[in-house]
Amino acid sequence: MSAEALHTARTLSDHLPILVVLVPFLAAPLTVLIGSRRLAWPIAFGAALASFIVSVLLLLRVLDSGVISYAIGGWLPPLGIEYRIDAANAFVLLLVSAIGTIVLPYTIQSIKNEIPPRHQTLFYTMYLLCFTGLLGVVVTGDAFNVFVFLEISSLSTYVLVSMGARTDKRALTAAYDYLIMGTIGATFFVIGIGFLYAATGTLNMADIARYIQEHGTNRTLETAFAFIVVGMGLKAAVYPLHLWLPNAYTYAPSAVTSFLAATATKVAIYVLLRFMFTIFQPDFLFEMHAVRWVMMPLAILAMFAASLIAVFQSDFKRMLAYSSIAQIGYILLGIGMLSTTGLTAAIVHLFNHGITKAALFMGVGALVLRSGGSFYAKIEGMGKAMPFTSFAIVIAGLSLIGVPGTAGFISKWVLVQAAIEQGYWPLALAIVGSSLLAIIYVWRVIETLYMKQPAEGWTRQEAPLTMLVPLWIMAGATVWFGIDTDLTMTAARTAADGLLHGFMGGAASGY
Amino acid sequence: MPTLEFILGHMNYWLFTVLMMTGLYIVVAKGNLIKKIVGLNLFQSAVFMFYISLGKVTGGTAPIFPLDMQIDPETVYTNPLPHVLILTAIVVGIATTSLGLALIVRIREEYDTIEEDEILAIETELVRKENRTHGESMGGRA
Amino acid sequence: MVCCTGLWGAQPVDTNTAILLTMLIPAAASIGNLLLRNHANLRDSMTLGAAAATFAAVLVILSNVGNSTTEAFSLLTVFPGLDIAFNVEPLGLMFAIIASGLWILTHIYGVGYMRGNNEDNHTRFFASFSLAIGAVMGLAFSANMFTLFLFYEMLTLSTYPLVAHKGTPEAIRGARTYLGILMGTSIGLLLVAVIWTYTITGTLDFTQGGILRGHITGPMVALLLGLYAFGIGKAALMPFHRWLPAAMVAPTPVSALLHAVAVVKAGVFTMLKVGIYIFGIDFLAETGASEWLMWVAAYTIIAASIVAMTKDNLKARLAYSTISQLSYITLGMALATSMGALGGGMHIAMHAMGKITLFMCAGSIYVATHKTNISQMNGLGRIMPITYGAFLIGALSIIGLPPLGGSWSKWLLIVGAADAGQQVMIAVLMLSSMLNVAYLLSIVGKGFFWPAKAGEATVIRESPTLVWLPPAITAFGCLLLFFYATDIRDFLMPIVGGMR
Repeated sequence: MSAEALHTARTLSDHLPILVVLVPFLAAPLTVLIGSRRLAWPIAFGAALASFIVSVLLLLRVLDSGVISYAIGGWLPPLGIEYRIDAANAFVLLLVSAIGTIVLPYTIQSIKNEIPPRHQTLFYTMYLLCFTGLLGVVVTGDAFNVFVFLEISSLSTYVLVSMGARTDKRALTAAYDYLIMGTIGATFFVIGIGFLYAATGTLNMADIARYIQEHGTNRTLETAFAFIVVGMGLKAAVYPLHLWLPNAYTYAPSAVTSFLAATATKVAIYVLLRFMFTIFQPDFLFEMHAVRWVMMPLAILAMFAASLIAVFQSDFKRMLAYSSIAQIGYILLGIGMLSTTGLTAAIVHLFNHGITKAALFMGVGALVLRSGGSFYAKIEGMGKAMPFTSFAIVIAGLSLIGVPGTAGFISKWVLVQAAIEQGYWPLALAIVGSSLLAIIYVWRVIETLYMKQPAEGWTRQEAPLTMLVPLWIMAGATVWFGIDTDLTMTAARTAADGLLHGFMGGAASGY
Repeated sequence: MPTLEFILGHMNYWLFTVLMMTGLYIVVAKGNLIKKIVGLNLFQSAVFMFYISLGKVTGGTAPIFPLDMQIDPETVYTNPLPHVLILTAIVVGIATTSLGLALIVRIREEYDTIEEDEILAIETELVRKENRTHGESMGGRA
Repeated sequence: MVCCTGLWGAQPVDTNTAILLTMLIPAAASIGNLLLRNHANLRDSMTLGAAAATFAAVLVILSNVGNSTTEAFSLLTVFPGLDIAFNVEPLGLMFAIIASGLWILTHIYGVGYMRGNNEDNHTRFFASFSLAIGAVMGLAFSANMFTLFLFYEMLTLSTYPLVAHKGTPEAIRGARTYLGILMGTSIGLLLVAVIWTYTITGTLDFTQGGILRGHITGPMVALLLGLYAFGIGKAALMPFHRWLPAAMVAPTPVSALLHAVAVVKAGVFTMLKVGIYIFGIDFLAETGASEWLMWVAAYTIIAASIVAMTKDNLKARLAYSTISQLSYITLGMALATSMGALGGGMHIAMHAMGKITLFMCAGSIYVATHKTNISQMNGLGRIMPITYGAFLIGALSIIGLPPLGGSWSKWLLIVGAADAGQQVMIAVLMLSSMLNVAYLLSIVGKGFFWPAKAGEATVIRESPTLVWLPPAITAFGCLLLFFYATDIRDFLMPIVGGMR
């Protein structure tokens, strides 16, 4: 049973799957070693941009020729660690790398405002590590490898969140709580992996899937499933395991929240998708009524409860945090429907919500830069003082509500369609009902920005260009992907098909 | 029907469960931040135990080849893979613990205490103050 | 800018281009307003030019197409099978003509009003106004329900700044009600109806005879119709009517064009499109799905009229009158007869002309006297004869008396009710006319025949020219429409398949 190393010559393009993770991974210590505050950002941006380009290439290749398989170090699976990319993770990869790249120019001014100078280089190090970790989670095809990269990203996330301490010391306790809860979640995940290993004897995802398909399930596997779902659910802020999210998002530096809100929970949901569908397979799930009877009610609860709480917040960032929890509820609802349309809706909303929230948090950060706080009382009248920023917030806010012409509308449409297709009328009404709550909390922001008078002695001082441009790219993306849905819907639909009907069938290129 | 054989045969799982629950309990029940970290460590150690015990093969020896590489085909080796996994997990655990402790040091600097209930009291006071200054914008309007 | 040579015989501009122009010109005007914020006269004339150009573009379409229905042309595909597509059909074309034509008048009126009243934020006002008109054009030329929904929402959003314009707490509250009800119904009910339709039929294209036949039966049809009817909040069907009186906090030009003509007409236009092109009049008649809607519409007609009688605030009274009149059109659709549908379509034109006159007169009174309540307006008719004269004519049209246009649409509706065998509805329509007399003519009566407050005759004058002229023109329009009513009916005939 020895694994042989491959000795065939390979080109750079063959190594793309590992490069997407390797470049930021190497760039991280580089920033520390060089130690220069001025060089930290260019290195980070260069690495992120490289990853973005690679992920675009990977997505195009996957949509073209199917699953890509890459054996690290030439050690073949199932003993070697395999990177396996299909439409689902290529799409999430694109999201993560795009957001990671676009937020970087934004960080320049934002962290100058919020983080002490001596920590700014380290900020970029942590950012790169988090970036690496998230990309690694998405790209890997080995179950334990997921844990490793997950913890890399989580640990750097805890550090990033705590960096908001200069503005508000509650960032520290927020980071600590996140650490405790996140570690418990990750450890639950590891326990699940352990049970999986005990039952199947392998850690390679495709291999485990094959085993389960051949041998059916037993109690060990069901236990594994439970632990994995709860563990990742904690990371994905599934209601009621969401308690770390509001504080972490509110007190972290704005740039950090912009990045995390769009990526961290989405990656966790991706892991859930991967385990639920590819490894445990839909038939197993149908037996596991837990999905329908636990996941769906919790999703609906999240949608309504979190939206309702968001309505009554007096801090913009905190409101957005609760809104995120509600939106994750929508994604889970789509997953819980266990149909192609439902899964497509979930995946496309993963993307659309990612770009929407990134835009919104970047907008908040810009407001914080000029007004010194994110409370509604502090940002009154900013529509006059910062018109471009405010208008971008309006556009992203409309996407959050789901107004036609924005990305949010597309995901709502597919989600309602999925519900109606299955005949789940109450669900369809629940989806639109909670959207109405979104109207309320978004409109509070718009009224605060435009209908109130700005503070005494206000001047028209826009955010700096390095913040404005990424913000507008993101806001523009929410409109673009609301009108031209070709990329997102094709990728989501291919991904959903792949997940529901297993990726065991297709012969992977390079295996 | 748990017979004695069943209980003794699954000893490792019982120990793992007890240790895990102890650790989890400490995390939840203890108010001191450092104790929570300790609880977390206990929790994680239980998991390590679980993995390692999975790898043990009856009658197996340490998974190391002899120096002269004369491998006796009759030898039974314990599975080395869980050991490798746990090494990784231990490193992750160390990183987590050190990060947690570093955070506690900073919290001590800012809050002057590392007891959860005292920190909660300070934060609640902060929130109350905030609502007094900024809560006005909530209006009374629906 | 495209220059139409005005030759009615030639095709100066291709129809599809003209359709796009009707949306792009207002959008460009909106941006132009923002750019020219510091040059008031240039800005306002530019917008006037844009209004004229838009109207010209619509006229070009009229001369190219007449009352036939063109092929849909797709601008872009959003989902596979769902495009943003436009086409021309008689009802939409009529709506576009009314909206763009009246924009010119209301713009002139708006300039006079904003300046005469010394309102703030002219730029924001005219920019949002232009954008709203652009949305109306898109709505009028939509070839499928998806495109219509897009522009429907755009209309709500672009009119929000107009409703909240004054910035006072009442304005903000009113705007909140406005947005809350309109978006609530559109996202909560209409969207569900649209997606449901798409899921069962696989298309949302407006088709003669409807698209639902064969895909849905039984009580489901009535349910779907209900989702549509209550989802189209802009049609102000009770109980989702509160946004209309709430929106009266807006300056009068807004009320005049948007809430007498554009926004509310967009609502009932959508209602007619859904009834005629999604359900199909015959399908509705066969399944009897719209019977309950008749009763809801009838209730709204009577209840709103009664409430109107109790209102002392002039704009509030006119708002409730509008709610009542809109349900005429809904009733026309719900009768599920071709005369009913035609009557409803014609009433869009008649009511638009009549109501805009009434609202502009209300604004004229406000500019001249700053009075908003009818009880304060005794004897004003003698001091402001032109305004009150126009008001009288508009009121008579709404009541439905010849020789004003409103009489024709009311007649068609009555015929439609008779066709459907709904004698009760005929009674409802007649009762409504009587109520209209009560709450409209009383204003005119008090204005002309009751004595004014002492000393007012010396202080008050007729309002500025730019403010009394437009309502005078539209009042004349009400008269004109009477004589052109048969032409309008013939124009609209194709929407019911040219029958009878």
